[in-house]
Amino acid sequence: MAPRKSAAAKQRAVHGLSREQLLDIYYHLQLTREVEQVLANLYRQDKVIGGLYRSLGQEATAVGSAYALERREDGTGDVISPAIRNLGGLFVMGARPVDVMRQYMAKADGPTQGREQNVHFTDYDKGFIGLISHLGVMIEVMAGVALTFKARGEERVALTWIGDGGSSTGAFHEGFNLAAVKQAPLVVIIENNCYAYSTPTCNQTAAESFADKAPGYGVHGAQCDGNDVLEVYAMVKEAVDRARRGEGASLLEVLTYRRRGHAEHDAQKYVPAGEVDAWAAKDPVSRFERRLVDEGWAEPTDLEEVRARVAREVDEAREQAESSSLPEPKGALEPVYGNAPPAVPWTRLDIPDPHAA
Amino acid sequence: MATATKKSSKPEQLRHTDEGRAVTMLEAIREALWEEMAADERVFLIGEDIGSYGGAFKVTDGFLEAYGEHRVVDTPISEAGFTGAAAGAAHMGMRPVVEMQFMDFVSCAYEPLTNYIATSRWRGSGPVPMVVRGPVGGGVRGGPFHSQNPEMAFFHTPGLKIVYPCNARDAKGLLKAAIRDDDPVLFFEHKKLYRAPFLREVLPQEDLVIPLGEARTHREGTDVTLVTYGNMVHESAKAAERLSSEDGLEVEILDLRTLLPLDEDAIVASVKRTNRLLVVHEDTRTGGIAGEISMRVNEKAFEWLDAPILRVTAIDTPVPYSPPLEDYYLPQVEDIVTACRYLARY
Repeated sequence: MAPRKSAAAKQRAVHGLSREQLLDIYYHLQLTREVEQVLANLYRQDKVIGGLYRSLGQEATAVGSAYALERREDGTGDVISPAIRNLGGLFVMGARPVDVMRQYMAKADGPTQGREQNVHFTDYDKGFIGLISHLGVMIEVMAGVALTFKARGEERVALTWIGDGGSSTGAFHEGFNLAAVKQAPLVVIIENNCYAYSTPTCNQTAAESFADKAPGYGVHGAQCDGNDVLEVYAMVKEAVDRARRGEGASLLEVLTYRRRGHAEHDAQKYVPAGEVDAWAAKDPVSRFERRLVDEGWAEPTDLEEVRARVAREVDEAREQAESSSLPEPKGALEPVYGNAPPAVPWTRLDIPDPHAA
Repeated sequence: MATATKKSSKPEQLRHTDEGRAVTMLEAIREALWEEMAADERVFLIGEDIGSYGGAFKVTDGFLEAYGEHRVVDTPISEAGFTGAAAGAAHMGMRPVVEMQFMDFVSCAYEPLTNYIATSRWRGSGPVPMVVRGPVGGGVRGGPFHSQNPEMAFFHTPGLKIVYPCNARDAKGLLKAAIRDDDPVLFFEHKKLYRAPFLREVLPQEDLVIPLGEARTHREGTDVTLVTYGNMVHESAKAAERLSSEDGLEVEILDLRTLLPLDEDAIVASVKRTNRLLVVHEDTRTGGIAGEISMRVNEKAFEWLDAPILRVTAIDTPVPYSPPLEDYYLPQVEDIVTACRYLARY
C-alpha cells in the first residue's frame, strides 16, 4: 500500500475537485453499482419485466464524464443522453433510483408510466434525454441540441456516449460530422468495453483506436483508462471546457470492459476464460476506494458512511418501486398527438360496434 | 438569434401577396416560411444547399441574407443527421423546418423520423414540433429517384402527421399551421405544381392558417365521390369536367390535403350522399391510401354503398424515366373517366 499523503495534500484539490466532490463521485459510483445489483435481484425474481443492462465494471466512465458537466435542475445546464450502460451518468444529473427501478419494473408511476423501459426516460430540467434502441440516433439528436446552444449563444454543452459497436453506424457518422463541421459544443464519448453484444471490438473497426478517428473529423480527440474515474473526469472536463469556450466538438474514447453479458440473460460464453477475472482485478470502484484512502482524501470510515447511505437509499427506493402498481390497461390509449387519443378497439366497447371504432 | 425582419425589408420575391399580386404554389410556400420565421424566432431552416444557393428549387432564396446562418443552416449531405438534429433542437425549444432536397431522400431519415421523432411524445420525451418538407411527385421526367411519393412509407407510423397540399392557398395555410403544430409534420410539395401557371392566385394579406386534418371539397357533385390529393386533384378535376359535359355525371372531388390525421368524417359524409367511391392517387397501388380509405368506408358506411369501392393509382413499380413509360405508369385523366363511368353504371 502506498504511503499516506500529508495533511496539506489532503486539502489540495485533484483536477480541481474538492474532498467533498471526490466523495460525491464515490457516492455515485457506489449508487450505480448497488442499484444495478438490486435490479439483478429483482430480475431473478421476475420483477424486472424486460432485459437488464448492467454497467458492472464500467461505472466510472459515465460517472466521471457526467461529473465534468454543469449540472442544474432548472433546464439551463448541460444536457446528456445516456447510452444503455450509462446509468451512473443519469444519477450524476439527478435521476432518482426509484424512477429507474419503476422503469425497469414497468410501473404506472415511473417516468414513462410503463410505456418505455430501463434508462429510456427524459428530464429536460435535470438535463437528460432518453435514448431509443437504435444506435447512433442520439448522436444526431445531441448534435441538434449542441447546434441550438451555439445558435442561441448559450454557454452550454451536449454530451453523449456510444459503444464501440454503435460507433459503426451511419447515424454516428452523420450526426457527429454535422456537429464537427458546425463546431457545435458536442462531446461524444466512445465507450470501448470490448464487446457489442457478442461481437468483439476488432470486428467493429480497422482503426487502431477509436480516438484515432478524431483527426479524421477535424476535432479534438483523446483516450483514457475508463476504469480510472479521475482520468475520465479530467479528459472529459477538458473537452467540455473546450466546447464551452466555442472550440467545437470532441471525440473521446474510454477503455473499459463489460463484465456482464449484453443483458442479464446473456451467459457470455463467447468470452475467453479468465478475461472477466482479469478485468475484475481492475475494478473501477474498489480502485477509487483505494485511491481515496491512499491519497489521504478520505478515511475508511468516510467510505463506510457513503456505502451505508447508498444501501439505505437503494433499499428505500426498492421498497417504493415494489409497492407501485402496474398501469391500467387503458393507459395504452396514450395519444401520439397532442389532441387525439387512439381509437378504442371496437370489440372492447361495452356494446361492440364497428361503426363506433 | 437574428431578430424578426420587418415587412419593408422583404426581398422582391417575397412581396407578391403584400402587393396584391398572384403567387405560385412555390411562392406561397416561400411566403409561409418567411412569415413564420419573422413572427417566431424559434423557427429555423435546416437542409442541404438552402443558404446562399437558396435551395435546389429556390424555395429559400434570400433567406440566408435576412436571417443568418444560425437560422438558415446549410448541412453536410446527411438526411438522417440533420433530421435527428432537428429533433434535438426541437427538444431545446426550437421549431425546425427541415428541407429534403427531394422527398425521395427522406428514406435516409426513416430511422430518426419513425423511431425517434414519431414516438417522442408518447415516450414521455415531449412533443417534437418540427416540419420536414420537400418536393415530391412524378410527371417531370425525374426518373425513379427524383419523382417518388413516399407518403405511405410514413402513414403507418403512429405519431407523424402528413400534409400534401395541391394549390397555393392550401400550401401556404397548411405550412403555417404545420410549423405552429406541436407534433412532427411531413409536408409534401408536388414539384409539378410548384410553378404551374394555372395555380397562380392572389392570397389574403392577413395571416393565412388552415387547420391540419380537414379535407376540402374541390368540386361538388352528386353521383360519385372521388377522394384524392396532390396533383391528382387537378387530373381528377379535368376528368370531372369531361364526365359532366359528356355523361351528365357530377363527380364530387374531396381533396384530403392532410393524410394524417385522416378526415374520415368528410369522406364518409360524402359517400353517404353519392353512394359511390373512387380513390385516386399518384402513389403506387399496393399499400396506397386507397386501401385504408376503403376499409374505413367499409366500417362506417357499408350500407350506403351502391357499388364496390374502386381505385386508380400508379403501377406497382419504381417511377420510370422515359416519357412514354412514365405516362403509362402514372394515372391519367382517361383512367379516372373510365373508373367513374364504371362506378356510375354499376
